[in-house]
Amino acid sequence: MTTGTEQMIDKALVTPQTEHHHGPAKGFSRWLYTTNHKDIGSMYLWFSLAMFMTGGCMALLVRLELFQPGLQFLQPDFFNQMTTMHGLIMVFGAVMPAFVGLANWMLPLMIGAPDMALPRLNNWSFWILPFAFSMMLMTLFMDGGGPNFGWTFYAPLSTTYAPPSVTYFIFAVHMMGISSIMGAINVIVTILNMRPKGMTMMKLPLFVWTWLITAFLLILVMPVLAGVVTMMLMDIHFETSFFNAAGGGDPVLFQHVFWFFGHPEVYIMILPAFGIISEIIPTFARKRLFGYSSMVYATSSIAFLSFIVWAHHMFTVGMPLMGELFFMYATMLIAVPTGVKVFNWVATMFRGSMTFETPMLFAIAFVVLFSIGGFSGLMLAIAPADFQYHDTYFVVAHFHYVLVPGSVFSIMAGVYYWLPKWTGNYYNEKMGQLHFWLSFIGINVTFFPMHFVGLAGMPRRIPDYALQFADFNQISSLGALLFGCAQLLFIYNIVACIRNKNQATDKVWEGSNGLEWTVPSPAPYHTFTKPPKID
Amino acid sequence: MQVDPQEYYVPSESYFPIVASVSLFCLAFGSASILTAAENSGDMGMILLFAGFLSLIFVVISWFSKVAAESRDGLYSAQMDRSFRWGMGWFISSELMFFAAFFGALFYIRVLAVPWLAGEGEKGVSHMLWEGFVNQWPLMTTPDPSLFKGPDQIVDPWHIPLLNTILLLASSITLTFSHKALKLNNRNWTAIWLALTVVLGATFMYYQVVEYHEAYTELGLTLASGVYGSTFFILTGFHGFHVTLGTLMLICILVRVLEGEFTGEKHFAFEAVAWYWHFVDVIWVGLFVFVYIL
Amino acid sequence: MTMKSTFREKGGLDLLKVGIFSIPFLFVTSASADWQLNMREGVTEISRSVYSLHMTIFWICVAIAIVVFGVMLWSVIHHRKSRGAKAQNFHENVYVEIAWTVIPILILVAMAIPATSTLKKMYDSTESDLDIQVTGYQWKWRYQYLEEGVDFFSSLATPAEQISGEAEKTENYLLEVDNPLVIPVGKKIRFLITANDVIHSWWVPDFAVKKDAIPGFINESWAIAETTGIYRGQCAELCGKDHGFMPIVVEVKTQEDYAAWIQDQKQQQIEKAKSAEKRWTLAELMVTGKEVYSKSCAACHQESGEGLPGAFPALKGSAIVQGDPSGHINIVLDGKPGTAMQAFRDQLSATELAAVITYERNAWGDSVGDIISPSEIAKLKQ
Ligand code: HEA
Ligand code: HEA
Ligand code: CUA
Ligand SMILES: [Cu+2]
Repeated sequence: MTTGTEQMIDKALVTPQTEHHHGPAKGFSRWLYTTNHKDIGSMYLWFSLAMFMTGGCMALLVRLELFQPGLQFLQPDFFNQMTTMHGLIMVFGAVMPAFVGLANWMLPLMIGAPDMALPRLNNWSFWILPFAFSMMLMTLFMDGGGPNFGWTFYAPLSTTYAPPSVTYFIFAVHMMGISSIMGAINVIVTILNMRPKGMTMMKLPLFVWTWLITAFLLILVMPVLAGVVTMMLMDIHFETSFFNAAGGGDPVLFQHVFWFFGHPEVYIMILPAFGIISEIIPTFARKRLFGYSSMVYATSSIAFLSFIVWAHHMFTVGMPLMGELFFMYATMLIAVPTGVKVFNWVATMFRGSMTFETPMLFAIAFVVLFSIGGFSGLMLAIAPADFQYHDTYFVVAHFHYVLVPGSVFSIMAGVYYWLPKWTGNYYNEKMGQLHFWLSFIGINVTFFPMHFVGLAGMPRRIPDYALQFADFNQISSLGALLFGCAQLLFIYNIVACIRNKNQATDKVWEGSNGLEWTVPSPAPYHTFTKPPKID
Repeated sequence: MQVDPQEYYVPSESYFPIVASVSLFCLAFGSASILTAAENSGDMGMILLFAGFLSLIFVVISWFSKVAAESRDGLYSAQMDRSFRWGMGWFISSELMFFAAFFGALFYIRVLAVPWLAGEGEKGVSHMLWEGFVNQWPLMTTPDPSLFKGPDQIVDPWHIPLLNTILLLASSITLTFSHKALKLNNRNWTAIWLALTVVLGATFMYYQVVEYHEAYTELGLTLASGVYGSTFFILTGFHGFHVTLGTLMLICILVRVLEGEFTGEKHFAFEAVAWYWHFVDVIWVGLFVFVYIL
Repeated sequence: MTMKSTFREKGGLDLLKVGIFSIPFLFVTSASADWQLNMREGVTEISRSVYSLHMTIFWICVAIAIVVFGVMLWSVIHHRKSRGAKAQNFHENVYVEIAWTVIPILILVAMAIPATSTLKKMYDSTESDLDIQVTGYQWKWRYQYLEEGVDFFSSLATPAEQISGEAEKTENYLLEVDNPLVIPVGKKIRFLITANDVIHSWWVPDFAVKKDAIPGFINESWAIAETTGIYRGQCAELCGKDHGFMPIVVEVKTQEDYAAWIQDQKQQQIEKAKSAEKRWTLAELMVTGKEVYSKSCAACHQESGEGLPGAFPALKGSAIVQGDPSGHINIVLDGKPGTAMQAFRDQLSATELAAVITYERNAWGDSVGDIISPSEIAKLKQ
């Protein structure tokens, strides 16, 4: 950035405010009616935090029941509801909205746009979510209980044999779908159309790039999810037989359609994380990101591959051999571009000048622990071996390693990284690092033993287990409690950061660069109303 | 355009989104409680459903007219116009994937599931469970006729469906003419061709209804007649739903044209609807080939 | 801020080292082939090759991890500001980037080759000596010996008291069944796996056999057990409430013992049929009925007969149970298609059916008083 830019920005901030450039409205209506990307971003983030707590508490109930063999606290059917809801809420309620929230806050700031491209649509995308999730949570109180068929809701367990509340679940999913699709459209349009002169594609920060690609994934797969739940609806209420062999259908058809959505979905939950990490590591290594363009190509190839690997979730459904082989090879390939990313991050740290503030700690932990999750993923990709791993806790360990110290850590890293820009204050660094270490230990204590019980043969989604699994489950449960409680620090730190003043500089971090660091801290309500000059 | 093109229009607060969300919720919750017919929530469901539906209509109309108004006041830069185009484009591609899911289901069932059940291919052993079931498409007898009685007959592609194909293709052409006329600021012809398009669309819908009626009353082809009926009705039905929407949108556009809106240069709403209509048209061709003929 | 952090990070860093070092270490422990920690080698050629595949890939990953994390750790330790490290400004290098794209590909190819051959073997279920149809029900397994015509159900044998904690849990808690699947040693057994209601998955770790049981379709799998003994597995696909309670037990016998067992099974079936002829008193039926009920019905309708509201209907005071016998008999024999109520026609003997129906009609206070005689059910079963 030249000082020229700074001047531009100052000018932008003092330009006589036209009708639509006044500050936030007063009172609660501000949040209901807002069209401001920062407001909407904040709402997404708060919503996601609330969902994270809800889904987490459900996970703790699951861990409570699994603390020792035998049925102590949860009846099997309710246990299944908790498992299912935990999965659904964490995926659709916690992780995805968190990333959308970060996108809302940061994309315009990073590319130098005045706001998201379609602000009203943006607000609608958000406000659908609270309603969708309250509908989904309501099902827990209907008779027959809520969804108890796993977050993958395989037919016919989720159709013919489902509790009546499944219909509400289906419509809730439809609503989330609408929200995500419109959100994704907004992101794409913003990135493609709102860049000021000079902000060429290959100058975009990687968080922007990864989000652009994520948005494409969303647009391509969310409708497919809508399609599959619609077929469920038909089978349940309108006597069709898509998933019923008696009428010529096939239960496995459900799985193919679901996973065609489902696998890209998991990358939707990790690509933005890659982006965040690629922002943070250079900042604290005080060194330019290694292999920027290869990062872009790697992300794109991951996105492409994610469309042709879905059936690796279905190795045991009895696909023809050729299909089995194809999906095995394709899946293994994903290790290559992902590897490129990992190597690039390491190469960025190499010969840098590193400091280890909280965001960096989370980022480093991400690189290590995500990779471990990736390795177990690669093991799962080996079809013959997957016959032993499938639907055991080994899988549970795999995806928690990529999701919790993966997606969730990256979100936390991002929050600590940008919090000073949002609030204008530094958070409490000591507490931040404490939060990190407790989380780091908690996560490993919780999920590492799951590899062992999984390999030893413990199936997932069971409320009670054989005696030889007892010790490790006990450890897991304790770890979960530790990790959970650690999150209280996180929440406290955020609130404190908003409350008490510890004025942050505009640049916030010594090594930071990029447009978002050129605006004042806290970022004013409207930024870049005049496009900045970029050289 | 009055505003300096440097400036991107960011609308001020708006109550549309929140109202839209609430109505969507009522709509969904209402329909769900009707379908599950949870005790006595039936009529409550009805109320919710209609309340949601009406308020949604209301929001959509006022939202779009606000946008139209803003556009008229020249608040939109060329860049904003591009945003709308990109937006509509990506919306349509998501719709495309929605249909792709159903087409995918159709192909999977025809190419894999049914043959396996009938003892062909790698999973042919499954035939053990369905003695006497034979692989055929259209699937006139299902594996278990006692649960799903197959259709007696299927729709003859060379009558109504062919006619409908012609109708839709024609409507695409008339719409293009209308667009050309608009570009030339020839408002009368714009309106005439547009009206003609609406009529064609409506006629299509009429025949679609006739076809369904026949299917149910004479051909014994219903949602319940096995997977053939299932795929047939979900694909044609979902498409029919889109044609209905498209026709309504065309009508809105027609009204706006008659009210003298749009200029030869600036008429994005018109184009958006046109794209949508052509998209629906293309899908139909796919349907005609894969659902009716093959 | 960054000033402050420079002297803060030290403490953080040592912990970081510990943290990162501990990971590969933990991985290694998992490899020490203690069955508690690691995959079982199993007792078939296939299961062993799967095991070795698993270990190979595992060690490759460990190796890669050590290299990658090693380099990272090294720079974390040496290239930090507090040590006065100055940031270099290289930010790309075509050669290394090509290298770390190509090398992983080669590694993957190396993994794919053995994986492919193992998978091919697993898929070749031809030339079997014995075909057994395995059918998953909520929540039990049915085994049909297609040649011998032996046919029985296998469900959890662990008493409810152990699950609820009222009784001491015994060794094979949740991994024990009433009638195990019995197969001869050293013979190629072909399993034809399917399901009656929802998707289940038939999994015996020691055979490295896991195949989903899909209602309406049949999946093939096979195994040649090399040593006699008892091998335990579990249902591996969420199949509803009692998914956690439908274990699989396979008893591998010598040829002779197996032959004897088959004979014995046929004998038993004949006796079962006989018992239907005998006259039964209400009391007798009620006793047998209660057992059958707890085994086959209570999971859904509950011991109390009150069911689970919304999920499973109550029998206590239900119209069908109160109503005339034929309706009651029908639903028990043929079930209610499209619901969790399955057909018990083949699951239970005529006697058991008669007993359980009689029991339902006379238990929980609402006593209709009538007796359903086994002989009459036997007729209906033809
Ligand atoms: C953020 C989400 C996320 C991510 C990123 C991944 C990443 C991967 N996943 Fe995972 N996966 C899930 C979420 C995710 N997964 C979930 C939620 C499930 C369970 C769903 C359910 O059933 O409920 C699942 C299940 C799942 C299965 C099905 C298991 C089963 O049910 O039997 C498989 C099988 O192939 C798989 C594979 C992979 C692979 C190969 C990757 C790869 O992308 C990993 C690539 C990364 C690396 C390999 C590490 C870094 C690379 C290097 C250091 C380079 C050098 C390495 C080598 C050459 C080996 N995953
Ligand atoms: C991003 C997604 C995500 C995240 C973040 C998590 C987080 C956690 N998960 Fe989750 N999990 C899934 C996605 C996720 N999970 C999915 C998709 C499944 C599959 C579901 C299925 O099988 O269908 C699953 C399944 C799953 C299982 C297997 C259940 C089964 O098979 O029966 C278990 C078991 O231990 C588990 C545990 C946990 C734990 C302990 C956490 C912890 O990290 C949670 C920690 C968070 C909190 C504790 C809340 C925040 C803190 C507070 C609210 C403060 C107050 C806290 C206290 C009072 C202590 N998860
Ligand atoms: Cu049967 Cu799980
Ligand atoms: Cu996947």
